[in-house]
Amino acid sequence: MEKKTLRESFGFILLVAGIGFFVVGFIFQMLGPVVFLNKIPMKSVEEMASRVSPEFTLLSEDYPEEFRKAFGEPTPESYAQALLEGRDIYIAEGCWHCHSQYVRPIANEPLRYGAVSVASEYQNELQLPQLFGTRRVGPDLIREAGIRSNDWHMQHLYDPQSVEPKSVMPAYPWLFDEDGRPTRRAFSMVAYLQWLGSWQNPEEKER
Amino acid sequence: MEHRENIMDYNIVKAHILAALLFLGVSLIAGLLYSLQFTGDYPFRSVEFLSPGKIRMLHTNAVAYGWLLNGLLAGVYWVVPRLTGYPPLSRALSWFIFWVLQLLVLATAVGILAGYAQAIEWGETPIFVDPFITLGLILLAVNFVPPIIRAGKDAPLYVSLWYFTGALVWVILVYIMGNYLPQFFVPGAAGAAITGNFIHDLVGLLVTPLGWGLMYFFVPIIIGRPIWSHSLSLMGFWGLAFFYPMQGLHHFMWSPVPMYVQYSAVVATIAIEVVVTTVLANFILTLRGNGDYLRHNFPIRWFYTGMIFYWITCFQCAIQVTLTVQKLIHFTDWVVGHSHLVMFGVFSFWIIGMITELWPRLTQNQWYSERLHSWAYWLNTLGLALMFITLTIAGVVQGVTWWGLNHFMDSVVFSLPFWYVRTISGLMIIAGIAIFVFNMWMTARGHVRDEARLAQEQTVAT
Repeated sequence: MEKKTLRESFGFILLVAGIGFFVVGFIFQMLGPVVFLNKIPMKSVEEMASRVSPEFTLLSEDYPEEFRKAFGEPTPESYAQALLEGRDIYIAEGCWHCHSQYVRPIANEPLRYGAVSVASEYQNELQLPQLFGTRRVGPDLIREAGIRSNDWHMQHLYDPQSVEPKSVMPAYPWLFDEDGRPTRRAFSMVAYLQWLGSWQNPEEKER
Repeated sequence: MEHRENIMDYNIVKAHILAALLFLGVSLIAGLLYSLQFTGDYPFRSVEFLSPGKIRMLHTNAVAYGWLLNGLLAGVYWVVPRLTGYPPLSRALSWFIFWVLQLLVLATAVGILAGYAQAIEWGETPIFVDPFITLGLILLAVNFVPPIIRAGKDAPLYVSLWYFTGALVWVILVYIMGNYLPQFFVPGAAGAAITGNFIHDLVGLLVTPLGWGLMYFFVPIIIGRPIWSHSLSLMGFWGLAFFYPMQGLHHFMWSPVPMYVQYSAVVATIAIEVVVTTVLANFILTLRGNGDYLRHNFPIRWFYTGMIFYWITCFQCAIQVTLTVQKLIHFTDWVVGHSHLVMFGVFSFWIIGMITELWPRLTQNQWYSERLHSWAYWLNTLGLALMFITLTIAGVVQGVTWWGLNHFMDSVVFSLPFWYVRTISGLMIIAGIAIFVFNMWMTARGHVRDEARLAQEQTVAT
């Protein structure tokens, strides 16, 4: 019979490699950031939607009939609801696989997109789970608010190639009704896109 | 051993192989469809259920849970009884886990297409599927741990069983960590630290240890000589176990996650390359003097090709992980090429090699055709190499246009030729797999192609 050694026994491998090393990695790589960033207060959607964005109000003025059917009035409550639903569409359609949501301090990204991202911007309910993204087939979106008009976004979601002929983005006609008029889903999507970065000072947003 | 037949369940191995191939088919088609979106030829433009964004998630999840997990489990069901001398806990439980896994993969696919994806990369499994997967993974450990413990009482555990033990525990911890914490408790940058690690750990702590465990079993047994150095095996395992859980954050470099986490992830990632080199050295020295196996033995050829790709992947990783290189290549197709090299070039090659070894034994038939093996091998290898090269170059092109402040559309327009080549390389891979499956089908039906005679006839004709 072979000599038994501790390092080749089940218990040792289970406790040290299986659980021990994993816990060390977890504490070092994950619990650390959680503890350090915990000081930043967590914002709820209601808090962030307490001031309705000008773009959301504009949506209600530009598409009065459709907007009333979808959300009624542009109140903080309906805005919060739109942001949540917009975020859910952003996840369900996999937008986050082709659009990132953070600006790095390198490679001229501040020039292209605007201010570099900081941790406090992400400590909120709409970043639970976070939507950093790992690929940019399309541009980063975290400084998108107010850069383009509502109409541009509507048209772009309905048929991206009509505004950007060489774009490879898929069309999302199902956010609109049969006549191409925006539904609740289209309003939510545009409200969410126009929210991304809306907390930034306008001066910082120059590109 | 006389009780060998009782402890082996050949049917479950076969079932996992067939399920794996089914989902491989799904993911290959999904991948092809997704690549067509980039060249403007997507066929289902106005079908909500088949939106390209959803097809992408179908592609990756079918690969991870449908193909790789099923394929690796087929190997584990083959290896564990043979190495330990004991069967898994219960045959009924094995079959229960098998059907639960297939059901969950299907539920994930339907959930994603219906718009219930979870925003966690590689973990897009809908939130309502997560608890069942967690339970399934726990059952998996319950099934396989008893024979490993019993074997451990008789003698030191063999290398493969270290890796399996690690993987069975890690996958439960990783899954719970990655799918629940960032979804319900940890937002923003700290959540990114966790999902970054999840992206990496699913590969590093589930697929990698299961894959290496299988290699440590199949390579020595096919070549008929032991692994070259036991010390190197020890180094490889403990190095992997220590460094792998610490490097996941390299998926979010230059992000708002605290810098110490980013720096340490770089160090751990470079360290793993050293570990991987020792493992590779061990396997290549195991093969020394027997290089002919690479020409005549298809399982060994698949295995070692995968290992070389693995080393390239890890070497590439050690370079691309640095903050300097990240500036250029992060967010680009370079990373997509890298992940195809790992998931297809390494682990899929190993599973295909394993099937090549096991299929004749499972069907009690000789392989239908050796030539088709050759075709499958070269189509897959060249297809993958082409995909890797084209995506890597595309990545650099994209990075340069962004850095140079070109109009954003330049990065898309300049990528188009590379994306066409990507679709072609994908077609090569699909053809290779189709040939392999056809070969399996003919073998299962008991046909054998008389290739010695065919070759003779050809020489006579010319």
